[in-house]
Amino acid sequence: MNAQALLSIADDELFLGWRESEWTGIAPMLEEDVAFSSIAQNEIGHARALYQLVVGEDGDADALAFDRRLDEYRCAPFVELRLLDWAHTIARRWLYETADEIRIAALKSDPDPAVAGLAAKIDREETYHRMHAEMWHDRLANEARFQEATAELWPYAVGMLPEELRDELAVRIGLALPSDKLSQAHERGTHTEYLAPMWEEMTEVRRSAPAGAQW
Amino acid sequence: MVEAEVWDLLEEIPDPEIPVISLVDLGVIRAVDVSDGHVHIEFTPTFLGCPALEYMKRAIEEKVPGAEVQVIQDDSWSTDKITAAGREKLREAGFAPPAPRLVQLQSQVHRCPYCGSTETHLENIFGPTPCRSLRYCDSCRQPFEQFKTI
Repeated sequence: MNAQALLSIADDELFLGWRESEWTGIAPMLEEDVAFSSIAQNEIGHARALYQLVVGEDGDADALAFDRRLDEYRCAPFVELRLLDWAHTIARRWLYETADEIRIAALKSDPDPAVAGLAAKIDREETYHRMHAEMWHDRLANEARFQEATAELWPYAVGMLPEELRDELAVRIGLALPSDKLSQAHERGTHTEYLAPMWEEMTEVRRSAPAGAQW
Repeated sequence: MVEAEVWDLLEEIPDPEIPVISLVDLGVIRAVDVSDGHVHIEFTPTFLGCPALEYMKRAIEEKVPGAEVQVIQDDSWSTDKITAAGREKLREAGFAPPAPRLVQLQSQVHRCPYCGSTETHLENIFGPTPCRSLRYCDSCRQPFEQFKTI
């Protein structure tokens, strides 16, 4: 697995983790405040471990996570979207966890034992994210708002995965892949207008002490 | 210092979030090696997003002066690594210990740590830390924290 591919997954987890943490305190019910906080914490933990793997044990994972130029980030447009309603948020959770399961399964058979071992560890934790996403999917599957949100986000979810894994995602979700080539706006490699403000907020304190702060 | 002494010292370090059990009971010390007076300790996190990771690493370094602590990010930890003594301490403190993976995947039975009843239901897959779920006992009407099987 090359470093760019690992960075893609790490950046997805970091930015989606940040997005999910935005529900802390304002989710529709207390139980979901707790759930989204834990999910965010796990996703950001996975990002940290993946960054550490890329930079090596003594490398600076924070620098890799926070000090790149915006055009150097590898996250998919899907995780950048700022979704303000619950139907879209749950639709993204469900689509993301399904796609993530497929790519993590592929990573578990990576020839590099360090990559495969970390993927297996991540997968153990993701089991609980998938249970949560499935629970909500089962509850909302027949609701028009949820179906519309899923249809709207579907091309973005497809754009999260490399070509060779997309058929499996379509089967799992039960939707057809877009018949035409995916629009550039949905593909990894481009960014949405939402990335810059999110990154600025995420790195504001770090950037305020460029010489390095002691916490 | 010999390896057994290092293990004894590590036994004295409580888990920072569930201090009733030690890091050794939690199963996060993967290996201890002492050679030529040099102590090497392999430590593996429970959950990757655990905020206590750095804290535990420092606690080990303070407890075993001069030890080199290596953080291993592989798949060698699961809740099956929690010792039998550790499970019992968890239960006594009101945390339902994680069932062994093979059992849990087949049975889905969760026992109340207070009254022992299996008439319990899930309130939230997530809880105060990533490693815990919230359940409720329908027999003794007590909410409790379930250590997740992973």
